[in-house]
Amino acid sequence: MKPSTLGLLLTLPALAMVVLFFLVPLAASVVGAFVVGDHFGLGNFTKSFELYTKDIVFTALIVALSSLIVGVFAVAIGGYLTLGENPRAVALLRWLYRWPMFIPFIVVGQILRTFLAKNGLMNNMLVASGLITPLEAVSFLDWRGIVIAFVWKQTPFVALLVAGAMASVDRGTIEAARNLGASRLRILIEILVPQVATTLVVGLVLSFVTMMSVLSVPLMINAQSPTMLTADIAFRINAYGDYGVANALGAISLAITSCVAWIYLRQTMRERA
Amino acid sequence: MSIAADTSSARRLDLWWLPRAAILGLIAFFIFGPLANMLLWTVTERWYFPHALPLDYGFSSWARVFAPRGNAMESLLNSILVALLTVVASLSLAIPAGYALARLRVPARAAILLAFLIPQAFPNLTVYVNIARLFYEVGLNGTIAGVVIVHTTHGLVYAIWIATAAFAAVDTELEEAARSIGASALAAFRDVTLPLAMPGLMASAIFVFLESLDEFTGSYFVGAPDVNMLPLLLYTAGAGGNYQIASITALLLLVPSIVFMLLVERFLKADVLARVGR
Repeated sequence: MKPSTLGLLLTLPALAMVVLFFLVPLAASVVGAFVVGDHFGLGNFTKSFELYTKDIVFTALIVALSSLIVGVFAVAIGGYLTLGENPRAVALLRWLYRWPMFIPFIVVGQILRTFLAKNGLMNNMLVASGLITPLEAVSFLDWRGIVIAFVWKQTPFVALLVAGAMASVDRGTIEAARNLGASRLRILIEILVPQVATTLVVGLVLSFVTMMSVLSVPLMINAQSPTMLTADIAFRINAYGDYGVANALGAISLAITSCVAWIYLRQTMRERA
Repeated sequence: MSIAADTSSARRLDLWWLPRAAILGLIAFFIFGPLANMLLWTVTERWYFPHALPLDYGFSSWARVFAPRGNAMESLLNSILVALLTVVASLSLAIPAGYALARLRVPARAAILLAFLIPQAFPNLTVYVNIARLFYEVGLNGTIAGVVIVHTTHGLVYAIWIATAAFAAVDTELEEAARSIGASALAAFRDVTLPLAMPGLMASAIFVFLESLDEFTGSYFVGAPDVNMLPLLLYTAGAGGNYQIASITALLLLVPSIVFMLLVERFLKADVLARVGR
């Protein structure tokens, strides 16, 4: 047997698994989006846009806003880890920021739901410490809750990538800029961020895709209208067994993700050219 | 002079600790506040607005979770069973594939490595919906086997990518030395390469185990309501307003995640990490 044949043979079972249980259903989903009754048509999409335009816009905005905030926080954390001058504060932040990364989304949904509720620990603490009165307590369990949950969970992951990339930036440039009197903020924005831009964008694109497909957080924090597409898809299946519209909503969410991936690919191609 | 300069710089440092401590404290509050809230709920008997802390503490909810006839015990056992089976399935696929991708000439190697990333890189909700429909027709829906298949497909990228890196980090010469003193290809693999790659394979097993333990969407569509698993229990308890059960379940999911992540740092050595995804 030729070594290349043997190699292919050994990888084949694993490959078959992905093709059979992911690519085939994915294709079935995209095809299924266009099936109306027993012929092809755009009926599912017209119905989706009729019923869920608000949720489609809501989903795109929520995920985009979350990505933006994650990006800002990740740069701030990475920047302080790289440029921070007090070793103790740097060590403390390094120990602190990673925790949410290890916590599953479903747990994030549950704990933030109890924390951010009107009678949750956050408001209780604020009331007990006299910062607000009980009447001023606000529930964050709407779009803000989803954004907070996403930012809470995804920031450490992107910050880890960004901090790693910043650590490998040439120290000489940073020292030179410091000696010329540049502030740390200016060094961060003008020297560090441009050099780690690719890593930052990769991390944000990965986060974007992850957030687009999370079902547990919208179900637990904000199941009322408007909500995220994932919750709508689950509802379409569980309440109506309506695979057509569910697949169409899936295709729309895939299209949103593809747009982001396309922007990212175009960016990297331009950098290489 | 120099003493005066020293004290003034020390005082300046002290002043800098004010904003630093404020910001670090705020970060700590937002990271540990929700976690503390969860821990409080696990030992709460009575807690209502506007009391800042629970009124009565106790372990009665723990007794309910761990009662042998309770739904929670069944969910815990199912979750662990599924996660272990997923690890076995993933590694038995990943060890031959990882070895081949690291050592043998495989056509379209980069494309194959990327293929395993696809289940992680696409919004997978509609895929699970369609798998559920497919499984329903062949009788796999609502079975442990069905859930294991879904979890394996999802976790395969960790299994394969890390296994490939682990095999690539093993020195080829050791294997050749074993072959030259008469070991068969299989014996050389079993006695030399496999043990040396073991720490990396352990790390990939841990990633797969955790992915399976925490996976909600696939379990929701393929498993529920016949196969009860911890994330589903957490969801139903939380949705039903039983914060005690939900928080205890959350803790059961969270502890292995944190413990295993600390372990992974010991198993995943830099030489393996540097090769992941190559």
